Amino acid sequence: METIGKSIIRKEALDKVTGKAKYTGDYQSSSMLHAKMVISPYAHAKIKSINIQNAWKVQGVRGIVTGQQVPLVGEAIQDRPILAQDKVRYHGEPLAVVVADDPILAKRAADLIAIDYELLPVVNSPSEAIKPDTILVHEHLDCYKRAKHITPIPGTNIASRFKIRKGNMDKGWRESNVIVEDSYSFTPSDHAAIETRCSIVEIRSDESIIVSSSSQAPYMIKQLMSMYFGIDMGKVIVNTPLVGGGYGGKAAVQLELIAYLASKAVGGRKVKLENTREEDIITSPCHIGLDAKVKLGCSKDGFIKAAEILYLFDGGAYSDKGIDLSRAAAVDCTGPYHIENIWCDSFCMYTNHPYASPYRGFSHSELLFAFERTVDLLAEKLQMDPFELRYKNAILPGHTTPTQTKLNHSNIGNLRACIDRAKELSNWDEGQMVEVDKRFVRVKGASCIWKTSTIPSNASSGVIITFNKDGTLNLMSGVVEIGTGTKTILAQILAEYLKMNVDHIFVRMDVDTQTTPEHWKTVGSRGTFMAGRAVLEAADDTILQLKSVASCVLRTSIDDLIVANSRVFLRDDPTVGLGFEELAYGYTFENGNSIGGQIIGRGNYILRNITPLNPETGAGNPGPEWTVGAQVVEVEYDRRDYTYKLIKATSVIDIGKVLNEKAARGQVTGAMSMGLGFAARETFRLDQLGRVLNHQLRTYRPIHFGEHPEYAVGFIETPQLDAPYGARGVGEHGILGMPAALGNCLSLASGVSLHQLPLTPELIWREREGKSDLI
Amino acid sequence: MGLASITLQINGENRVVAIREADTLLFVLREKLGLTGSKPGCLNGDCGACTVNLDGWPMKSCLILAVETAGHYILTIEGLKNTRIQEAFVEEFAFQCGYCTSGFIMNGYSLSQLYPHAHSTQIQEWFESNICRCTGYEEIEKAIRRVLNENNNL
Repeated sequence: METIGKSIIRKEALDKVTGKAKYTGDYQSSSMLHAKMVISPYAHAKIKSINIQNAWKVQGVRGIVTGQQVPLVGEAIQDRPILAQDKVRYHGEPLAVVVADDPILAKRAADLIAIDYELLPVVNSPSEAIKPDTILVHEHLDCYKRAKHITPIPGTNIASRFKIRKGNMDKGWRESNVIVEDSYSFTPSDHAAIETRCSIVEIRSDESIIVSSSSQAPYMIKQLMSMYFGIDMGKVIVNTPLVGGGYGGKAAVQLELIAYLASKAVGGRKVKLENTREEDIITSPCHIGLDAKVKLGCSKDGFIKAAEILYLFDGGAYSDKGIDLSRAAAVDCTGPYHIENIWCDSFCMYTNHPYASPYRGFSHSELLFAFERTVDLLAEKLQMDPFELRYKNAILPGHTTPTQTKLNHSNIGNLRACIDRAKELSNWDEGQMVEVDKRFVRVKGASCIWKTSTIPSNASSGVIITFNKDGTLNLMSGVVEIGTGTKTILAQILAEYLKMNVDHIFVRMDVDTQTTPEHWKTVGSRGTFMAGRAVLEAADDTILQLKSVASCVLRTSIDDLIVANSRVFLRDDPTVGLGFEELAYGYTFENGNSIGGQIIGRGNYILRNITPLNPETGAGNPGPEWTVGAQVVEVEYDRRDYTYKLIKATSVIDIGKVLNEKAARGQVTGAMSMGLGFAARETFRLDQLGRVLNHQLRTYRPIHFGEHPEYAVGFIETPQLDAPYGARGVGEHGILGMPAALGNCLSLASGVSLHQLPLTPELIWREREGKSDLI
Repeated sequence: MGLASITLQINGENRVVAIREADTLLFVLREKLGLTGSKPGCLNGDCGACTVNLDGWPMKSCLILAVETAGHYILTIEGLKNTRIQEAFVEEFAFQCGYCTSGFIMNGYSLSQLYPHAHSTQIQEWFESNICRCTGYEEIEKAIRRVLNENNNL
C-alpha cells in the first residue's frame, strides 16, 4: 500500500503551529454582541424571585433573558429548561443570560441580577437517588415528552432502566465454586477540553438561524433547534470550524440554545456566548459518575459462569445523553469475556449534580473499572495470574455478547493476541510486584477492554468529492476535526483507493450543515469507519464518471481503463490515457466540442442490521463491531506515604488495520493519559450541598507534562471486513482500561482492595486506616 | 470606563491600541488586535494556552495587564515563522486539536532560545505549566528534545 499505514502529516498541521487555525471563539466582528450567563450557586433550590432591574441600569446592556416561557429540551427526555424555571437542579445551572456590547459589561450586569432561593434537600449520589423516600429531582416526570423506547419511572428519580437477561442465573450460580462480589463508586468529573465551549448565533430577517459552535454534533444542533423552536430545518445553518478538543463533551447541545434565546432578545443580532473555564466545568455537561455492584461466579478452574451486575449511573439533574450512556453500559456490561449467564440492570439516575454528556469511551472506562476490578478479585481468590484468568475467559468468534449478538471473525478482534502482546510489552512475566528497596516497590495491574458504539441504527455519513481544474481533488465530509485527524485519514483512504498522491487531495476542514454532507455526529470512534466507507463509495462514483468520459475519448470500453496517478489509461498500454485535468471539467476535442462536464463524486454509508434491544432481555444487535484490547499500568509505589509515580502504561489494541501509524499511536497514548488522569485524581469534589468545589484547572488537575508515564503501544490487525481497509475504531480505546488497571495495580501494591476513583494516596491511606492492623 | 491609548511592540510592529487599564494582554491581543493564536483556556494561569513571549521569556498573557507590557518586546505565535520548534511539532505529531499548541510552542521556543542546551529537569519545569488534553505528552517531549538535541549537535 502506498498511503495507508504511513504517518501522513495532518492536513491542518501548518495552521495549527502558526496560530492561524481558527476555532469558534476566534471569530469576531464589530457587529457582535456578547452574552454572559447567571448560574446557580446551589445544587437544589426553589427560585423565589429574580430581579433584573439593576442589571438593566448597566450602560450597554441590550437584552436580558430569564427562564420564563422557554421550551423544555433534552435528547431522550425533554426534561431540561434552557434556563432554569421554578427551581435549580444543579450547581452551575444557567438561570439567565445578559446580552451587552462587550463581555465585560455583560458580566457586570449579570452579577447585578439578584436571585432569591429557598434551599431544598440535595440528592447527592445515585445510590441515594434510588432510595424510595428520597426527594425528587423531577416532580413531573410523567409530563415530559420523550423518545418512544425510553421509560422513566414517575414518582422516582429513575430516568431509565436497561436490562440484560442472558442464560439462566440459577444454573450459573450452581456451576460456580468461587464467588466474589463488591461495590464501586465515583463521582462525576470533567472532559476539560482546553477550548471551552463557545456558540455564536444570529437570526436573519427570514428567521434563518445561523449558528457557529464548537461542537461535535453540528447536524444534531440543526435537527434539535428546528424541533425545539419550530423553525424549518433548512433555515437552521450550523458552522463548525476546528474544535479544540471534544472527548464527547461537545456532543451535547446546550450553549447554542441559550445563545439563540440571547440573540432573539436583541432582535436577532449576532451574539457570542463563550464559557469561562468554571462554567465549562459545571454549567455545561460533565463526565458521568457511577455506583456499581458486581458479583461474579466461576468454576474451580477459573471459567466464569455467572455475572450479576447493577450499574447506577449519576446522570445528574437532566437525562440528556445519560440515558444512552447507561444503555451502552448494559450492552457491554461484562467486559470482553465469554459468559453464558448474565443479569444486569443499568439505571440512569437523576441527582442534583451537573448533568452528563458522552465522555471518551461512552461509559466503558466506567463500567470496566467496576467489572475488571472484580475480575482481579476473582483471580486473587483463585490464586491465578490476572491475565491467565482473562485469557481463559476471552470472548471469541462463535460466542455471544451480553446482548446475545453472535460474534464472528470480523465483528470481534483477537483478545488473546492482545493479551500475549501486552504481556511482552509490559514485561509482565517478571512478576506483578518487583521490590526496589524497603520503601519502594514497582507494581503492575492489568485490564482487558472492549467496546462497540451504540449509535442509532439509522446513523449515516456522506461524502462529496469535487475536482479542481488542475486535476486535484477536494474532499468534503461532515466529520468535525476535533483533533483526531480523521479528515486526514479520509484523504489517505481516498488517495490509496484512487492510487494517487495524497498531497493532491484537499480537505475541507470546516463543517457547514447547508453545504457539507451530513455525518451523524463525530463521536464513538466511528468517523473513519462510516465516513471512510462513504469515501470509498464516492471514489467508485468518481472513477466511473472519469472512465465514462475517457472511454468516449479513447474509444474503448470502460472495462479496459485503469485509474492511477491522477490519470485514466488503457490497462494494456499505460501510455494511452488522459490526466484528471483533461477530464474533470469535461473533455474538449480539438474542434471545440466538449463532453462530460464537471465531475462530482458522491458516497454515503448507513449502518446495517442494527436493531433496538429487547426491553426485557436486552437481546439485539447494538453495533457493527467490537474493538478489544489489553492494558497494563505500572507504578512505583511508596509504602511509607502511599504516593506513587506512573512508570509505564501499555496498550495493545486490535485496531483491524493501522491507517496512519503516528496518528493511531497518538490517539491511544492521548486516551491513556486522559484515563490515567480520571483514574488517579480527576473528580468533582462535592460538598454536602452538592456543590462542586474544584471547578478550575488549578484544583481540577489533568495530567501535566512530566507526570506522564512511558507509553508502550502495540496493535493487532484482525480486519473488520466491512470497514475501509479493515480498520476498527481507535479514538477511545486507550482510555478504557486505565482506571481498572491502575485500581488493580494499587490494590495489589497497598494490600487493600480499592473500590473508588480517583485513586489518590489519601484514598489508600483512608482504606488502610480502616484496617488498623495494617498500620 | 475610560480608554487609554498605548503603543505595544508586537511581532516587530508598533501597534497603537485603546485599552482599559484592567484589560489583560490576552484580551487586547485577541479582541483588539485580532491576534487569536493565543488562546483563552482558563484565564487563571493554569493551562498555558495563552503563553506569549515577553522580552524573550514565556509569559501567560492572561495574567499580565496590557498596560504593563508597553515598552517591552512582545512575540506571539503569529510572529514565529519557520522555526525549528514549529517544524518539530509537525514532524512529531505533537498536537491533535491544536488549541494548546501555540502556548506550548511559545514556551518551547523561549526555552530553546534562552537555554539551547536545556536538560530534562529544565524541560519539565518549563513545560509543566502548560496542559495538553489530547496527547499523552510523549510527542511534545520528542519535539522539544529534537530541537534541543540539534542545538547540542551544532
